[in-house]
Amino acid sequence: MPVTPFNLSRRAFGRLALASSAAVVGAAYRPGVALAAAPKGEPIKVGILHSLSGTMAISETTLKDVMLMLIEEQNRKGGLLGRPLQAVVVDPASNWPLFAEKARQLLSVDKASAVFGCWTSVSRKSVLPVFEELNGILFYPVQYEGQECSRNIFYTGAAPNQQAIPAVDYLLSEDGGGAKRFALVGTDYVYPRTTNQILVNYLKSKGIKEEDILVNYTPFGQSDWQTIVSQIKAFGSAGKKTAVVSTINGDANVPFYKELGNQGISATDIPVMAFSVGEEELAGMDTKPLVGQLAAWNYFESIDTPANQNFIKQWHAYTKNPKRTTNDPMEAHYIGFNMWVQAVTKAGTTDHDKVIDAMIGVRQPNLTGGIAEMLPDHHLTKPVYIGEIQDDGQFSVVWKTPQLVPGQAWSPWVPETKDLVGDWRKPIACGNYNTVSKSCLGARHG
Amino acid sequence: MNRLFATSALPFSGALRMAALVFVAATLLAGASLLPQTNPMHVSAFVVSLAGKYLAYAMLALAVDLVWGFAGILTLGHAAFFALGGYAMGMYLMREIGARGVYGNASLPDFMIFLSWTRLPWYWWGTDHFAWAMLLVLIVPGVLAGVFGWLAFRSRVSGVYLSIITQALTYALMLAFFQNGLGFGGNNGLTDFKDILGADLHTPVTRAALLFVTGSVLAAALLLSRLVVGGRFGNLLVAVRDAENRTRFLGYRPDQVKLLVWVFSAMIAGLGGALYVTQVGIINPGEFAPANSIESVIWVAVGGRGTLSGAVMGAVMVNLGKTLFTAWLPEFWLYGLGLLFLCTTLFLPQGLMGLRRKQVAPQNIAEEVTPEVSTPEGNEA
Amino acid sequence: MDNFKRFCLGVACCLALALTGMPPARADDFSGLESGDFDQVCASITGLAGSGNPQAVTVLEALEQHALFFAPAGGLFIVHGQTYTDARTGQAVATPPDGVKPIKLNNRVRKALASAQAELALASSQAQERQKAADLLYVRHDPAFLPALDHALASEKNTQVHLHLLRARAATLLAQPAEGAGSVDARIGAVKALESVGGLEARGLLAAVAAADVEAPGVRKAAADAVAHIDWHLRVWNVLQNAFYGLSYGSVLLLAATGLAITFGVMGVINMAHGELMMIGAYVTWMVQQAIRGTVPALEPVSILVAIPVAFGVCGALGVLIERGLIRFLYGRPLETLLATWGLSLVLQQAVRSIFGPTNIAVQTPSWLSGSVSVGGMDITLNRLAILVFAFAVLGGLMLVLRRTALGLEMRAVTQNRRMAALMGIRTPRVDALAFGLGAGLAGLAGVAVSQIDNVSPNLGQSYIIDSFMGVVFGGGGNLWGTLAAAMALGMGGKVLEPTVGAVSAKIAILVLVILYIQRHPRGMFPVRGRGVES
Repeated sequence: MPVTPFNLSRRAFGRLALASSAAVVGAAYRPGVALAAAPKGEPIKVGILHSLSGTMAISETTLKDVMLMLIEEQNRKGGLLGRPLQAVVVDPASNWPLFAEKARQLLSVDKASAVFGCWTSVSRKSVLPVFEELNGILFYPVQYEGQECSRNIFYTGAAPNQQAIPAVDYLLSEDGGGAKRFALVGTDYVYPRTTNQILVNYLKSKGIKEEDILVNYTPFGQSDWQTIVSQIKAFGSAGKKTAVVSTINGDANVPFYKELGNQGISATDIPVMAFSVGEEELAGMDTKPLVGQLAAWNYFESIDTPANQNFIKQWHAYTKNPKRTTNDPMEAHYIGFNMWVQAVTKAGTTDHDKVIDAMIGVRQPNLTGGIAEMLPDHHLTKPVYIGEIQDDGQFSVVWKTPQLVPGQAWSPWVPETKDLVGDWRKPIACGNYNTVSKSCLGARHG
Repeated sequence: MNRLFATSALPFSGALRMAALVFVAATLLAGASLLPQTNPMHVSAFVVSLAGKYLAYAMLALAVDLVWGFAGILTLGHAAFFALGGYAMGMYLMREIGARGVYGNASLPDFMIFLSWTRLPWYWWGTDHFAWAMLLVLIVPGVLAGVFGWLAFRSRVSGVYLSIITQALTYALMLAFFQNGLGFGGNNGLTDFKDILGADLHTPVTRAALLFVTGSVLAAALLLSRLVVGGRFGNLLVAVRDAENRTRFLGYRPDQVKLLVWVFSAMIAGLGGALYVTQVGIINPGEFAPANSIESVIWVAVGGRGTLSGAVMGAVMVNLGKTLFTAWLPEFWLYGLGLLFLCTTLFLPQGLMGLRRKQVAPQNIAEEVTPEVSTPEGNEA
Repeated sequence: MDNFKRFCLGVACCLALALTGMPPARADDFSGLESGDFDQVCASITGLAGSGNPQAVTVLEALEQHALFFAPAGGLFIVHGQTYTDARTGQAVATPPDGVKPIKLNNRVRKALASAQAELALASSQAQERQKAADLLYVRHDPAFLPALDHALASEKNTQVHLHLLRARAATLLAQPAEGAGSVDARIGAVKALESVGGLEARGLLAAVAAADVEAPGVRKAAADAVAHIDWHLRVWNVLQNAFYGLSYGSVLLLAATGLAITFGVMGVINMAHGELMMIGAYVTWMVQQAIRGTVPALEPVSILVAIPVAFGVCGALGVLIERGLIRFLYGRPLETLLATWGLSLVLQQAVRSIFGPTNIAVQTPSWLSGSVSVGGMDITLNRLAILVFAFAVLGGLMLVLRRTALGLEMRAVTQNRRMAALMGIRTPRVDALAFGLGAGLAGLAGVAVSQIDNVSPNLGQSYIIDSFMGVVFGGGGNLWGTLAAAMALGMGGKVLEPTVGAVSAKIAILVLVILYIQRHPRGMFPVRGRGVES
């Protein structure tokens, strides 16, 4: 049981709680780990801010587990700076204000040296002011809509140009079917809205006409897709090659795909490219009717590299479940955690300012090949893969970008942000620097 | 009559004492947070913002207690009023950001720029003025409650039906606010606030001041509620709760009585929401979730319904428990909350206050103040 | 990178040749399949289909089933278990070369494959196969298949298949640019043929013809008329289609709400844990499926039928347990019951999360419940149709129980006047327990149905609970006819509004309408009459 010390008057209990909980944590996580071999000294605390209950538990619980695994492994390797790492797990319960409260607790009560957490955009937006105020470090592992660049957040998931744009490029290409007509279907929240806004502008620049783009939004947890799927079907029978780009949120995907299959829309007629469907989601679906449907990610479990094999083996051993899948956000945490370890080692301290500065330029091999580099705008370079769903619940990679794609915080396809860049190196040190007016629009530290 | 008097007279001292306690505690905490860090009495910003949040929740609990404890309306949608108050305050705080947003636009909040809007929708007009926003905090929940209550009470919707349609109300509002097109930031809601009335929200002084204000407003709301439910009107309320038909036959208008307390309660909830947003820093459609409303009912049940002070106590205790549990035993938090619902309804029908009252007046209060024992015999027993 | 790989491959080939003295890799119809390059694979597939090679059918079938492997050193093999067959010759191979890998498919390859197989199937001896092939080529209307279609038409004897071939040819003809693709008369004939087929596919093609400048005016006019005609048909069918969507959505609501209506009617309590009981029903379906797969795999397609009684039993028993252990202590306090069952729902949710994990589980849909049938211009999806039938069957069964059994009689008596029923000697506690059990069992049945259309996770119950509450209060408490009317009204209303205002606004509008309706009719559409309920 992960136990975290929490006490209102930390002065009174601080040391005692720390020492005892460190022992409890060390002993309780894996009895197999010999405590004697563990590094000595005051533990470095790593906060884990993922929902363990509520609607988001379905996705986030796995990320908590992968963080515990990484921390345990690091401790076995001798910890960090000669000190042991200690995980502090809290449950923000899929409640956005609670995310802010827990973030404050991790930073000001537990003094976490780094926090790994959040999944939804709103949870990130909720904790962002807290991290900026208390100058913490957050690693955010999920693909997101971009248009943000905080000094205190490292975005280890994909920005739109590392997922959405290459995916559409693929659909436009001959291999992808040479689509001329696009249905952009998404859940009504900020990630699909921004992604679709970027994609519409991008598609228009590729010569796709306005009337050949259909944008549709549905509420969270939509379970009755009959009408929308039949609309897609009608849209797709206008004589031009049609593709669907889906930014439908995790939970609603199962009934969506079931309806697609039942209404007889197959991947060879109208392929569906999804940005939120990964191995974990497929594990809850009967994939036979979905063979050939597409997903764009920076990582697939099926990619056959020694590093990935190793990671999967380790994951199965840790969870004692040979069927547990791995997915893209897990790799993002793997990269983020190892980068943080490198940066702390480089800086020789866990001091937040020094670590933030040391992070830029850190390089860490991806599990699927290539090397991820932390860019000045706190995004990563990533390979982009297109996978096709197979009947065994895995993806088979059918396309990849020729080079690694550097993440862009601000999209050049949105008029308001086309001149913005993020660069947290001196002398610019600004999250939203306007390259035309040569001025910082305000996202500056302090 | 004797017993009606007894039930409504008891909370008097409790509410007064609780108001004083809340005020003193908030003032002390706020003061202690301003002490230098080295001082052993210093209280961290984390504790201050937590305390502020609990007290804002206590306002919601107080509002629920007014209608459930005194008018017998089990509301499963009061968080809607809380959230509307919060949104009204959030609009003001959003406008205060001005040109410091990520796009640097002085007149439009960030999320509107991202939706490519060029000007403010009409309902955002004037929200840059604090006074107007404060008025909205009271008016919006009040008007919604007024319309809803007028329709519902006039046609004598009651019991489970009323509970379910209050739930439908908050659910419909949640779906509406989730829509980006509505102009309230969709799922992300309103966030990244910078300052209030020119004072930086992230400084210890502002935070302490907000806690002090929240404490004072809660204390005032307690006293005001006590005034409303005490005396003649209070007796009438309890009469409506316990025997609505008889009260009607006596020549009173139960619908108007209920409507009054319903609107008053919605305004208190709205005020609580406004105070909540300043200290939590985000308001989004999740606050409308039916689960939140139901949770606020359990705060009241734990503390003891129909006591005012019990609602405040219940809200603070349950939320403190939530803070502790979600840190200590994250996986077990929902079991704890679920069991709390079960145990309170089964074993503590009068809540914690009931424990104390039983000592004062050892009689079967459970039967006496439970309005749902609706057969006439039940009330005469 | 790819070039480098190909270079390596080439080098490896040469080396292998030099070492083994095998004949050089022939540049035949098959060689593209060995390339590992999607372009060449596609070309090879199309070439094979037209080549008349006797192995073509077998090879393409193997490719479709992921059973076609290639060796890096050259050589194509059809692999079934441990037996390897040389794809070119059809002869068994004792020891396959090292490193054989399956040929990867992508959508483009699959598409080429389907077309090629259809082209081959035109020569099939089975009329059904030929017709299916004609239909696929109709959808594809790829000009490359015009000769194949003409060839097939010339020899086709079956009038039904002939008709389908004609349609495919008409579509293929019209998909070509106007010049050099048939006379004006032939094209007008094709337009007429497509008009008689109707449907979205034909409409799309005809609209393109009507808008094409190069087309002769006569053809364009005929096409425009045809489009108008098809549009009229589509509009009519669209209404029916939406009605079906509404019915099917309503039937899901009906299933979710009947159990709730029973408990509300008899006991006056709203069971907030109803959604969680549905969720448990869905998990039971999954467990039954797993158990059957583990023991008698042959029965797997009907596991869902086995799950129906099991889910009813498990949830029903759980319901009785809940009533005996919890609800009965809260008699006469319906609002407290509401809170207690809400607490229970949280515990059940978290318990399922602890036991089965927070992620979705995959409940298989048997093949006889997948897909759809076309009725005129509308598609009826089979799983939705099954749920519709199931919902009405459940409602009918419930009516029988209420009207024809002793328990039903007792339940109706308690619903109408509890006190009087008790005085007449009905053991009301027993009726309560059984009624609650029945309601819970019905939730289990709803869970089985929902597992076929929605995702099964611990959150499943939450997404149905409010809608089913609406069904119950809108319909009027414990009246089953009311619940039926309410569920169908909510379903139809939602689906009628959805195409015009969108899914979210439709839902909001329905909620607001229900709220307003309840204000006018505080006890729903069909209030239960009786002395006991008027308090």
